[in-house]
Amino acid sequence: MTEITRDDVLRLAQLSSLELSEAEIDKLRVDIGSILGYVQQLAKLDTQGVEPTYQVTGLENVWRDDEVVDYGISREQLLTLAPEAKDNQVKVPKVL
Amino acid sequence: MTISEVKDKIKQSSARQVVEESIELAKKYSDYNALLSLTEERALQRAEDVDSGKITGKLAGVPYVVKDNFLSFGSPSTAASHMLETFNAPLQATAVERLEAEGAICIGKANLDAFAHGGSTENSAFGPTKNAINPACVAGGSSGGSAVVTALNIVPFALGSDTGGSIRQPASYNGVVGVKPTYGTVSRYGVVAMASSTDTIGSLTTNVEDAEMVMSIIAGRDARDMTTLTDYFMPLDAVKPNQKIGLIKDFMTDGVEPDVRQKIREYVTKLEAAGHIVEEVSLPMAEYALAIYYIIVPAELSSNLARYDGLRYGHQTNKAKTLVELYGLTRNEGFETENKRRIMIGSYVLSSGFFDAYYLQAQKARTLLINEFNNLFTKYDALIGPVAPSTAFRLGENTSDPIKMYLEDIMTVPASLAGLPAISVPAGKSSDGMPIGVQIIGPSKSDAKLLALARSVENK
Repeated sequence: MTEITRDDVLRLAQLSSLELSEAEIDKLRVDIGSILGYVQQLAKLDTQGVEPTYQVTGLENVWRDDEVVDYGISREQLLTLAPEAKDNQVKVPKVL
Repeated sequence: MTISEVKDKIKQSSARQVVEESIELAKKYSDYNALLSLTEERALQRAEDVDSGKITGKLAGVPYVVKDNFLSFGSPSTAASHMLETFNAPLQATAVERLEAEGAICIGKANLDAFAHGGSTENSAFGPTKNAINPACVAGGSSGGSAVVTALNIVPFALGSDTGGSIRQPASYNGVVGVKPTYGTVSRYGVVAMASSTDTIGSLTTNVEDAEMVMSIIAGRDARDMTTLTDYFMPLDAVKPNQKIGLIKDFMTDGVEPDVRQKIREYVTKLEAAGHIVEEVSLPMAEYALAIYYIIVPAELSSNLARYDGLRYGHQTNKAKTLVELYGLTRNEGFETENKRRIMIGSYVLSSGFFDAYYLQAQKARTLLINEFNNLFTKYDALIGPVAPSTAFRLGENTSDPIKMYLEDIMTVPASLAGLPAISVPAGKSSDGMPIGVQIIGPSKSDAKLLALARSVENK
């Protein structure tokens, strides 16, 4: 069990763009602590000189021709998916 | 119900009738909550096109179901989340397109743990799926709906995704065949991304032959998914005797239900009777696989799920005043608790100060696990063991303890981390009648051989 504080949870929520409810904060504090406690067992493994594995197929730098392929999806169609759109653009709340 | 039985039925009656019956059965079994939506109108239109000869192919008129984290036409593609509850996909997944090109007919979308985060389908935003054999038990997950519709014979096959066991474990819990292919075998274009270094697409069927058929259609290089391998999958007629198979003894400990161990031993006897050699082997790093998995996968998914911002598609909160609030509230409303838990774990292990101790250490430990597999595959053609330590547990039994839930994945995550092909095939039932699956893991690209091996002892 790793001790996770309420502030830790709030910091993680902020990093994750999650506006948690009060009830969730306490529950997640306990859960995250116990999960981190479990995965900490890796600390006892000797990995000196071991290369990390980031991918398993060995495929690297897969190239394609720099050509536009028409998959039959239009801008209009994609804009219909946006909760709010105006003048052919996605509408967002004021940033500044 | 097998694909060839369904094809016979189409010949005798019509695709329209077969698809209608399939949809009727889906409605009759609605209490299982295995399907989130039916694509009835589109399915019936396609069935008529098969009957009139407009649509042809190897699976012409054969109904199937696709997990709802695949984008497809005819109903929303929700990933079993409120985030995508009304999302009407503008495109279809490559795997779906390939099946449609062979005339197969999607009749509906299967339930899953929201965003495929879970091992029981209880994390669905739209309620859990019930086990096909005992509705008081879980379906397994995350491809729970796909396994249950196949086991209930609503359709002869379904598509699922497997990031850490999400095809194999529900296949085991419901007594069907599940295939998690070699990483990169099937295109993931049009499938909601979870953990990009282990996400795979595969099949759930009632027998091995059908798995070979479905996999041969959906497998292969796709220019829209740059991680796909060059075409290699080709079903084999038979597997030669004298295959050397390692029984992973680390998966046969006291922590595994006695009935499960018993059925695996019986499966070993069948393999030996078919002329193969089975020896006990050790995979010591398996003990650490779950810890590796629950660092790497949350890290990757926290990044993949960052795209759900409530602006371009999907749910948007109506309570926000500022952009920051819009992101935070949209995501809090659109994600389930398990999604949030995993995203936050991912943020933790990737944050500065913790990166080396968690993420980097896990990626190094992953190398050690892969090395152990590679060593074993210099001496053995395949490895076997259980799919899960138990049969399907009761609904609600593990929901309050995430670690207990994660432990269900302990035997399936090793192959995922190493990108290896692994299949789950029925090995019998427990004393209380619940299905038990055996897992067969092979070296990279040995998928067809594993299936041929399983076929050689099927129904024996």
